[in-house]
Amino acid sequence: MDRLLIRGGRVIDPVNKVDARLDLLVAEGKVAALGQSLDAPEGVRVVEAAGKVVAPGLIDMHVHLREPGREDEETVETGCLAAVAGGFTAVAAMPNTDPVTDNQAAVGYIIREAIRSGYATVYPVGAITKGLAGESLAEMGGMIEAGAVAFTDDGHCVNSAEMMLKAMKYSTIFDVPIINHCEDKSLVGGGAMNAGLVATRLGLAGVAAESEEIIVYRDCALARLSGARYHVAHLSCARSAGIVERFKAEGVRVSAEVTPHHLVLTDAAVEGYNTNAKMAPPLRRTEDVAALRKALAAGVIDCIATDHAPHHYNEKEAAFADAPNGVIGLETAFPVLYTELVLGKVLSLGALIEKMSPAPARVLGVRGGSLAQGQIADITVLDLDTKWSIDKNSFYSKSRNTPFDGMQVTGRAVATVVGGRLVWELGG
Amino acid sequence: MLFNRKHLLGLEELTAEEIQMILDTAVPFKEISERQIKKVPVLRGKTIVNLFFEPSTRTRTSFEFAEKRLSADTINISTSQSSVVKGETLVDTARNLEAMKIDMVVIRHGASGAPRFLSERIDSNVINAGDGWHEHPTQGLLDMLTMRERFGRLAGLKVGIIGDITHSRVARSNIWGLRKMGAEVGVCGPPTLVPGHVRELGVKVYPRVEDVLAECDVINVLRIQLERMQSNMFPSLQEYNRIYGVTTRRLRAAGHDILILHPGPMNRGVEIDSDVADGPQQVILKQVTNGVAIRMAVLFLLAGGKPAGAAEAASMRE
Ligand SMILES: [Zn+2]
Ligand SMILES: [Zn+2]
Repeated sequence: MDRLLIRGGRVIDPVNKVDARLDLLVAEGKVAALGQSLDAPEGVRVVEAAGKVVAPGLIDMHVHLREPGREDEETVETGCLAAVAGGFTAVAAMPNTDPVTDNQAAVGYIIREAIRSGYATVYPVGAITKGLAGESLAEMGGMIEAGAVAFTDDGHCVNSAEMMLKAMKYSTIFDVPIINHCEDKSLVGGGAMNAGLVATRLGLAGVAAESEEIIVYRDCALARLSGARYHVAHLSCARSAGIVERFKAEGVRVSAEVTPHHLVLTDAAVEGYNTNAKMAPPLRRTEDVAALRKALAAGVIDCIATDHAPHHYNEKEAAFADAPNGVIGLETAFPVLYTELVLGKVLSLGALIEKMSPAPARVLGVRGGSLAQGQIADITVLDLDTKWSIDKNSFYSKSRNTPFDGMQVTGRAVATVVGGRLVWELGG
Repeated sequence: MLFNRKHLLGLEELTAEEIQMILDTAVPFKEISERQIKKVPVLRGKTIVNLFFEPSTRTRTSFEFAEKRLSADTINISTSQSSVVKGETLVDTARNLEAMKIDMVVIRHGASGAPRFLSERIDSNVINAGDGWHEHPTQGLLDMLTMRERFGRLAGLKVGIIGDITHSRVARSNIWGLRKMGAEVGVCGPPTLVPGHVRELGVKVYPRVEDVLAECDVINVLRIQLERMQSNMFPSLQEYNRIYGVTTRRLRAAGHDILILHPGPMNRGVEIDSDVADGPQQVILKQVTNGVAIRMAVLFLLAGGKPAGAAEAASMRE
């Protein structure tokens, strides 16, 4: 087991209210000590962190690893490598693989692949319904036993209220979150982007924000009825944030996430039929971006998740309406958000770390998000001074479908420690 | 002044001067079609591919006439789009065209943005012959030429577009082109077929067809697609005709002369009554004639022809 001394960094641990220049000693996979001028015991590996930030490892509660089924787009291994290169020490893997992660064996397979790869920790999220078909409940108990931490049919909305209510009620046995991709299918139709002026001009079918709001409202009401823990995936519009706020105030157990792209881009990014700006839910209006930022800062939206959705170059190389939805995000999330939200004075650095580490850990009910002594040593070292230009060709991810290629950003992860092991170093 | 564009992808991106230039260039080309030998050697040696992923006899024929009258070598490729691999087909098509050293490509495609996609990947001039719900620029231009012939101007004209605005590339090209040329544009159709954001394009929305007829000098009647009825955009063809049909009775009630355009083919008794379609106010066949001249002008200009040279080119003999 590695022993590490991360020396001289600015340790930011929002949960334990730490923000100070400290050394951090890692042993036995845990945070062994935290203090000023710690001795480096014999054989310890020293990571110099002077001038850098040392934070609890980022946790992405929404990624698509594509394995099994689309190993040409991503594998558990390449996804986990992209994760640690982006400062993430753990990711939750969505079940829309082929075959679907809707049973115990499939969950076990993903966990074994992640352990074999040896980069980030992977928490499988099981399907709510068998084959994501929306018709019959998947075996949640078996999946929980194998290590699933939540359930979702992401990629699809659970469109039947009756099915959603049953899933929520059943999930209370395990008290794990039910996550929904909120888009009323009948309203989405063939929609390819946000319904608005850009869609009207480009002659593309629009998806109105109401398709999300209706499901968010319905699900919150069902969460109240069932007492389940409910989580809204990739919230995209102002009024859905308002609905979440209202139900939270009532005491309903609802949480929500937002993606970096919905916090930074608007439907103007689609201009020129840019398929790397095509995602579901679609990029919305300036007003929505402003409202999402506000809701995030106010704690109405709990956390940030990338919805890392790799697609092969050939598939995005198509007419807009024919291209698949989704963009990758693991390697760009921190720099994009640090640049836009922290340097843009929307969130403090501590708050950004909170939204990207302890908050998702809380929602999923997994370890991590803290650097207190005795905690798992999942740690990321961040350089906040480097100005650089995002280059999709430098990604560890197998896919290149990012809307942020060429963006000038500040800050990036430079070293990542998972379970006490230094698994990635910039240029290392 | 020169026409400096490499492609004609839509009227949104053109300036008023460029539109004017195309319309002016089309005028001398009209005369060629009246000759016994309808051919000038302007595009001799150029290869043009007409790439139609969507069937359209009218537009394809019109382009083909224009190309042949300018002495270009033409190839027609019509592909029925297979549903799943549309995107791949387009990339592969682009690669193939590039390999065949084509000079110009005229493309019609069911997906908005397909011509632009192609233009970013090949060296040839690309002409949009209709893409998805986006634009149909040569149709917009021929509509404008037809209006200009009647009124001697476009500025200040009031033009109403009636029908399915949401799914209409003709409507969008008309809106961009006419607004740039100083005309006022209004639209009218079932609310299920009028995009909520169309006002932001500077367009007036008329709830009633009677109002659009009362106010406009020109109306462009769009073809109603039967599948819109099947997808419940409106309840029946009879009801569509009852509420939005351009009928003799409504034209008479408007109390002034209105020029009537239709991009064809018409559903008689649905969006337009038969006696209107054959009546004295319509210029539907003039539109067809002007379509060839407009397409000749576009091909000529994109191939590097000077606007001022159009008359000269037209006076050449094969
Ligand atoms: Zn989703
Ligand atoms: Zn997703």
